[in-house]
Amino acid sequence: MQPINRMKIEFESKSVNESFARIVAAAFASQLDPTLEELADLKTAVSEAVTNAIIHGYEQKEGTIYMECILYEDSITVIIEDHGVGIEDIEKARIPAFTSKPELERAGMGFAIMESFMDSLDIESQKGAGTKITMTKKFKKR
Amino acid sequence: MLEITFKRQNRILTVYLKGELDHHAVLKVKETIDLQLVKSPVALLILDMSAVTFMDSSGVGLIVGRYNKMKSLGGSMKIANPGLNILKVLKMSGLSRLMEIS
Ligand SMILES: Nc1ncnc2c1ncn2[C@@H]1O[C@H](COP(=O)(O)OP(=O)(O)OP(=O)(O)O)[C@@H](O)[C@H]1O
Ligand SMILES: [Mg+2]
Repeated sequence: MQPINRMKIEFESKSVNESFARIVAAAFASQLDPTLEELADLKTAVSEAVTNAIIHGYEQKEGTIYMECILYEDSITVIIEDHGVGIEDIEKARIPAFTSKPELERAGMGFAIMESFMDSLDIESQKGAGTKITMTKKFKKR
Repeated sequence: MLEITFKRQNRILTVYLKGELDHHAVLKVKETIDLQLVKSPVALLILDMSAVTFMDSSGVGLIVGRYNKMKSLGGSMKIANPGLNILKVLKMSGLSRLMEIS
């Protein structure tokens, strides 16, 4: 499958950029004329990955978050990357309701939401090096 | 930007949220609600979400946190009027099994 469009941005690890990132991804995806529900799902998944980079990856300290969006005929792939602390045990992190930060009132639902709202979710991470989330959403033909 | 307003009626506190409920917004909501809970006793906390246009797991964490707090105070909590996209996140997180959503 050939990409038809691509963009990449980087921004500071600040919570105000959570809405910035999901709005940018949704605006880019709009070229494919998705439904409002599909756009809402995409925004939620992007928000989860960016929030994780800020809270867990960079532990609410300074850092840079990278977001790349690749459009295909009927789908979007979003890659969100941080160069933060990384995940020690990815299998454990994916379990719904698992969180390493219960004291911050986290529900441990981020990965479960990404998984259910997108069509695929891939997590690459190395302790001390960072985390790269790759997720794809297909848009129904209308 | 998220706007918070509230109404008190006897021991019922209704909190109206307007805007996007994400990690950036939850701290202020948490502080506002928790302050109201210590000001005078609340038996029922109602979170009115009719004007919430976006919510992710940060909102789920906020709701579970307030639910646990209400329970420890001997009270209860309800969610009112969530839109379809919000309801989807609430259901997938299992909150519809924890409290009444109407
Ligand atoms: N970018 C990241 N860098 C380091 N650790 C991460 C990253 N993303 C996720 N994690 C780890 O994976 C766990 C699970 O993530 P998930 O998003 O499912 O839950 P959470 O962020 O803890 O809670 P919630 O998303 O409900 O607020 C986190 O608690 C954290 O330990
Ligand atoms: Mg998370």
